[in-house]
Amino acid sequence: MSIEDNRMGIVVSGSSNKGVEVRLDANTSVEDMVVGRYVTIEGQKRRFFGMITEVLLGVTDLNLTQTPPDTKDPFIAEVLSGTSTFGTLQIMPYLTIGGDIESVVEGPQPVKTVPSHYSTVKLAEDRDIELVFGKEDKERFWIGNPLDMETKLCINLPELVKRSNGIFGKSGTGKTFLTRMLLIGMLQKSACVNLVFDMHSEYGWAGTSEKGRSVKALKQLFPSKVAVFTLDEENSRNRGVSTDYVVKIGYNEIEPEDMSLLRQTLNLTDPAVEAVYQMRRKFGNEWFVKTTELADSEDTKELLSSMNIHESTFQNLQRGLNAIKRLPFIQKHTEKKAVNHTIEYLNRGMNVVLEFGRYTDITAYILVANLLTRRIYSQYRDKTEKAMSGAGEPPVPLVITIEEAHKFLNHDIAEKTIFGTIAREMRKYNVTLLVIDQRPSGIDEEIMSQMGTKITCLLDNERDMDSVLSGVSGKSELKAVLAKLSAKQQALIFGHAVPMPVAFQPREYGSAESYKGFSDTVNDTEQAQKDIEDLW
Amino acid sequence: MDNYQASNEIILKECAVNTEEIVRIGEVIESATSHFTAQCYELDSFPPLGALVKTQNSNRQIYGIVFNATTEGIDPGRKPLARGKDASSEKTLYEANPQIAKLLKSQFEALVVGYKEDDRVFHYLPPQPAPIHSFAYLCPAQDVTEFSRSFEFLNTILNSSVSLPHEELIAATLRRMSIVQEDKHAFLITAGKHLATTLSGDFKRLRTILERIRE
Ligand SMILES: Nc1ncnc2c1ncn2[C@@H]1O[C@H](COP(=O)(O)OP(=O)(O)OP(=O)(O)O)[C@@H](O)[C@H]1O
Ligand SMILES: [Mg+2]
Repeated sequence: MSIEDNRMGIVVSGSSNKGVEVRLDANTSVEDMVVGRYVTIEGQKRRFFGMITEVLLGVTDLNLTQTPPDTKDPFIAEVLSGTSTFGTLQIMPYLTIGGDIESVVEGPQPVKTVPSHYSTVKLAEDRDIELVFGKEDKERFWIGNPLDMETKLCINLPELVKRSNGIFGKSGTGKTFLTRMLLIGMLQKSACVNLVFDMHSEYGWAGTSEKGRSVKALKQLFPSKVAVFTLDEENSRNRGVSTDYVVKIGYNEIEPEDMSLLRQTLNLTDPAVEAVYQMRRKFGNEWFVKTTELADSEDTKELLSSMNIHESTFQNLQRGLNAIKRLPFIQKHTEKKAVNHTIEYLNRGMNVVLEFGRYTDITAYILVANLLTRRIYSQYRDKTEKAMSGAGEPPVPLVITIEEAHKFLNHDIAEKTIFGTIAREMRKYNVTLLVIDQRPSGIDEEIMSQMGTKITCLLDNERDMDSVLSGVSGKSELKAVLAKLSAKQQALIFGHAVPMPVAFQPREYGSAESYKGFSDTVNDTEQAQKDIEDLW
Repeated sequence: MDNYQASNEIILKECAVNTEEIVRIGEVIESATSHFTAQCYELDSFPPLGALVKTQNSNRQIYGIVFNATTEGIDPGRKPLARGKDASSEKTLYEANPQIAKLLKSQFEALVVGYKEDDRVFHYLPPQPAPIHSFAYLCPAQDVTEFSRSFEFLNTILNSSVSLPHEELIAATLRRMSIVQEDKHAFLITAGKHLATTLSGDFKRLRTILERIRE
């Protein structure tokens, strides 16, 4: 009987803080219970939705553990199972829905109580998931299925992109695959545009799976909505990627702020960073060239001492600037074309993926991402402010994706960088971040707590888990769930865009079958036509 | 009929699952609310340990479970003596001493575990004890199945303050009852689980019983 109605056991104790303890029925095998699984509890007046956070074994008499009975005897084993020896679950209820019509209309609400004694606990069914997370529709995007269930788990994408979000997990857990899928979701359903700083060139045209197979990326699936920009034309060409624009950065575009962000990666000393600002005051826009061109002469020495810059500080600075100069996509002078081009695309509603090609060096990544984002952001701010004062339309909401986020948002620099600003101010100027990181503990705490929704794959470092879960209620229970995720293709999502945390298995990505679901090819030609009309 | 035959017959009848025949096995000679003593009509013709027996008066049947049986001299001052030194068999011993049967009596004690009135079975003590001199009968299979639908009697036995071998008695009762069940295994498992819940804090007692009812 218990198999049919999904009944697993009954509530025997609990607290609103720590969740409830559930005694498993004799015929429910404790081995079928997994941490992270989604369950419902039928209280007297209301239903609760929760998650298994711990699975335990219990005995009624300690003698059973000290002198175990003859378990080879099937009779005794059968009698004891579920009576003297039993399974127990720790369940954290998150949402509840009352039985009356009003409550049903209102939908599930956060839990403020616990189910009463002996309430029945059941495995969640498809309709429970739908009731809480909603059905796939024009705003809700299917991201995967809850652990051990076939049901589609959907999240509301317009809601998601209202805040900055994070994707975490140690190396190889599926962050890139998850991000790619979310980006696709945003393309389909969120009414925003994306700018992706694609360090490893895996989002634009094609990525690779662990089996070495190539998987399609955004432009192959949405040719009319995605443009691929590159910093490394040759590399892109060799990979057979048709790019839309080759990005070059001019010396004149580099600002002192970029240098302070690069302090760590370029091994600059604090006085050297200080000196950058002085140079800028001295030379204006041309500070970069001028500083690098300062020869080792008496004049220079005089200049430096007049500016109170130490000889060794200056050498340290020059070394740093030269490292930037050597980056092949850096030119003496540009007309800020890259920024303008990007903005032009974004304004047209095109999503831009900027491939880094061979320049996967973190210096290049930080420099370019910061430089472009700063400019784009300031344009967005101007436009939004104008729109607020009644002049013109606000810009299309923009989501900027960055990897290795802790390099931009660590405690030392989060205050100063444009990314820190964006992360903190939610969507004030229509720009939010999607940050990807394998070392979340490196990210500034305040920034972490500002993130709307977090999706995390397995993390094996205690500090990383703590940082991802900081400020979340029921933290220790969620941590238990997080620690039990498998090393690949399982994740925990919680925060703003979901009514309750849920562990899930992300959608399979990479098979021909999977592309069909992603690229809504049915009306593709129609869509393409429409897109073109929209553009011009 | 000789004593051995009589008692064997009773056991056979009781074990014959389908028998509907009601076997009279004695008469109540001592009655209390929680237990009664009945004397057997023949020496040594006891119902087995753990057997379900009943008395029947007007519209009330009182159920008991046999927990003790004794044979002793009618006169408490005169103890039986060994007499068979020269007898070739126990049978010849009785033939040579016909007075024995008159000087001895066999009786059994039953713990009251419930009653039936107006076709309803109650698994708790009746309002009055069985009247003295009520006849005692061995319950037929049908009564046993009906009575064993609830395991409340296990608690009655466990909690009884009458001096009796609790674990042995429970095991014997369940073994006997299981014979008439449609699914013997399921019956014993369910009973075992009931006991496991009741004896949740006392695994040693539980184990004693389980060891005695496992198949
Ligand atoms: N949703 C998915 N569908 C199919 N395969 C997946 C999925 N998620 C992960 N994988 C497999 O796991 C591998 C690792 O995933 P991915 O490259 O996304 O990890 P990562 O967290 O980005 O690692 P790194 O930190 O090294 O960048 C993939 O190459 C792929 O084979
Ligand atoms: Mg990756």
